[in-house]
Amino acid sequence: MDIPYTIKPRPDTGIYNAKVGIWLFLASEVMLFGGLFSAYVLLRVGASDGFWPHGWLNVKLGTLNTLILALSAITTLLAWAACKVGEFGKFKIFHACTLLLALSFLCVKMYEYHDKWIHYEIKLNDGTFADGHMVENDPAKDYLVIEGRIVKDESLLYDLRSQKNIPHDEIKIARADIKSKENYGPWHHTYLAIYFTLTGLHALHILGGSIVIGYLWGPGSRMYKRNPEQFTNRIEVSGLFWHFVDLVWIFLFPVLYLT
Amino acid sequence: METTVQQFPPFREGEAHPAHDDHGHGEPHEHHEPGFWSKYIFSTDHKIIGIQYGMTALFFMLFGFFLMILMRWQIAHPGQPVPLLGPLLEKILGQPAAGGAISPDLYNSFGAMHGTIMVFLGVVPLAFAAFGNYVVPLMIGAPDMCFPRVNMASYHAFFLGGVVMFVSFFIPGGAAQAGWTSYSPLATTIPTNGQAFWLVGMILLITSSLLGAVNFIATIIQLRAPGMTWMRLPWFVWTQFVTAFLLLLAFPPLEAAGLLQLMDNVAHTSFFLPTGLAIGGHLANISGGGSPLLWQHLFWFLGHPEVYVLILPGMGIVAEIIANNTRKPLWGYKSLVYAVLAVGFLSFIVWAHHMYMTGMGQKIATFFQATTMIISIPSVIILTCLFLSLWGGSIRINTPMLFALGWLPMFGIGGLTGLPLGLAAADLYLHDTYYVIAHFHYVVAPGTIFALFAGIYFWFPKMTGRKMNEFWGRVHFWCSLVFMNLVFMPMFAQGIKGMLRRMSDGGVNYSAARVPNAIDTLPGSVMELNHWIFAAAVALGIAQIPFIINLFWSIKHGEKVGDNPWHATTLDWQTATPPPHGNFAHEPRVVRGPYEYSMPGHAEDFTPQNEPDAPTAPKFSPAPAAH
Repeated sequence: MDIPYTIKPRPDTGIYNAKVGIWLFLASEVMLFGGLFSAYVLLRVGASDGFWPHGWLNVKLGTLNTLILALSAITTLLAWAACKVGEFGKFKIFHACTLLLALSFLCVKMYEYHDKWIHYEIKLNDGTFADGHMVENDPAKDYLVIEGRIVKDESLLYDLRSQKNIPHDEIKIARADIKSKENYGPWHHTYLAIYFTLTGLHALHILGGSIVIGYLWGPGSRMYKRNPEQFTNRIEVSGLFWHFVDLVWIFLFPVLYLT
Repeated sequence: METTVQQFPPFREGEAHPAHDDHGHGEPHEHHEPGFWSKYIFSTDHKIIGIQYGMTALFFMLFGFFLMILMRWQIAHPGQPVPLLGPLLEKILGQPAAGGAISPDLYNSFGAMHGTIMVFLGVVPLAFAAFGNYVVPLMIGAPDMCFPRVNMASYHAFFLGGVVMFVSFFIPGGAAQAGWTSYSPLATTIPTNGQAFWLVGMILLITSSLLGAVNFIATIIQLRAPGMTWMRLPWFVWTQFVTAFLLLLAFPPLEAAGLLQLMDNVAHTSFFLPTGLAIGGHLANISGGGSPLLWQHLFWFLGHPEVYVLILPGMGIVAEIIANNTRKPLWGYKSLVYAVLAVGFLSFIVWAHHMYMTGMGQKIATFFQATTMIISIPSVIILTCLFLSLWGGSIRINTPMLFALGWLPMFGIGGLTGLPLGLAAADLYLHDTYYVIAHFHYVVAPGTIFALFAGIYFWFPKMTGRKMNEFWGRVHFWCSLVFMNLVFMPMFAQGIKGMLRRMSDGGVNYSAARVPNAIDTLPGSVMELNHWIFAAAVALGIAQIPFIINLFWSIKHGEKVGDNPWHATTLDWQTATPPPHGNFAHEPRVVRGPYEYSMPGHAEDFTPQNEPDAPTAPKFSPAPAAH
């Protein structure tokens, strides 16, 4: 039994099966991320004045990651084109670049996550707020050290964009003075919650795409010798997914970093 | 499951080894005698997968029905130990079923799981995945689904989701309790893990539907046999096509919502938890800023298309059976096609009619009220076409046809009683009463499930080569029809009298708390109906026994029939029974529409889609025999 149109396009639709499949899959992905983006919009529109934070993320790193993904989109396209014209060596080089770029994207993302993870807001007993990165937090000692600042008004922590030269001093805080402390995880604020959910899901997509591309680059590329046309189709289909993942980031970056 | 699929092995084993191999993704794999595992568990044959889906879904439907019986007992006899099963329940579930009675918590989780199981593990897999998988490739003349391995993965994800749901009954605290709609903040504040299991289960089920939907659409677009143009597709295929699109596009927002609620439950975020939320009289330790309405929007964005996911395949089955048993073409095939497309599209913009009571605002309510009224137009077109198809037909009565005929008025009742709920003003009164329960059960229980029974009786001969017993089929139909109505009809009255759903004591406390004889109390007669409904529900359960026995008995002992016992025109009946691996010995060439019954000038009263024009009648124009 052969399933028709796995490689050659069907004459009346002009498309082969897997391409229909991936476009349909991407349609559902649009709805998945669309649902999350609508959630973002509703939460943000519904937030009370001063609740929604600005400037919590590092725009430079975000820009770097945007460039990385844009570049990987180009190398993906070139890898497919190389397959199409039968230059297997070039395909290997271009998709190696794609993989490296994907990996560096994830590294930057990990760094950003870690940066939030060690960032604490500490409510003190005197009603002020200490905010900064944890430097020393040894449970055996009766103090901890952060690198940051102490503010009287919590709202200052929410709008970082309007403030210049935010101090980053080493501050030693006695544990007895601490009312409560919480790091900038998803539980800290709804903005961070949607940030971690959206970028986390996106990072999972990057990871999944990398695994597929990695397979096609490595063991899966043996198929090129046997059936170059089908292999090229695979590169095209995985490339379509990769472009979609890039596109999601193109929306994530302004929505989370720039507004 | 094994007993049903035993029909297939000879064909699979007899299948010649293909000369070359490009199964979807072209990895060369050795063809060898498939063992038990690859034949039944890891099968990529759409027919086996369809049967896997069907058997699993029937099991879950029975399980969901069983939960309902327990709930009806509790409603009729609040706090009384369940007869016969009480000690067993206590043994399995422990404290929540102390003394063999159903505690309010247990009632809540039964309610939530009854809805979830019936919708996501019962009707959708049976209507869409089972019938769609088995019948659609056959009907369009395809050798299999477009992506057989994705198809297998879809069933496995479904099965895993079902296992997660099932297991959640036995974890400490029991299964999810926040209703099948899982409204936040309730779903997050109940201090058990049931909801997390529910969400993980749902994500698996959604993944399964997604894989299935991609596969169905791609198959229908790509693998239609030569000559099978869009307007020659049997209407059942159209309904499955639209259903697949609904699943593809409506389920992901619920997946998004599920992820967010899972974050709320596990990572303690506040997506759906508002600032100032108090739990048990204390301010909750949450960051706040979330929106409970957001969950409802995301949920119902799936939830409403889901209703059409439940009903459309049923409509398709009924249409096939009506055309076949009236021995004449469906009335208004084109109207049916356009109507089902319109229903599919409109179903995406009616979701907030479930939310009139939430305070989302009058203007939004007005908009959704208008779209809701508009969607009833194509629905009525479909129902009217099916009714008119009966006109002037020489109707052949058999079990599938009885169920199809029963479906028409039952779905009619379900649909028409929905109109007052779609109007915001009337809904304010009827919302969350038993009227709603009665309405949507009429759509889904005597509606869709009747259509599914019809489909099982109808396609059983194709799956096994034997017919199910006609006498017991009719007993099953008439008893089901009577008891279904006895179960659900009184609920309209209860709802109109103001009886709320979700009350674990059947309204005893609610009624007693009111001033006796005041206008808003529940009269004793309304409460009394609970006993009648329970009795009818038990009788309905007993009425399914002939079906279950018939189903399994007929596999081995039913009346043997040929390839086309119903004298049907569609391609699924124009191949061997059961169809071999690859479905057709030769690729069928379609030359005509799907319902050419009683065509003048033909010897038989049915003309299969792939039957070339008779050579006996000399044709003036060159015959398009080669497509």
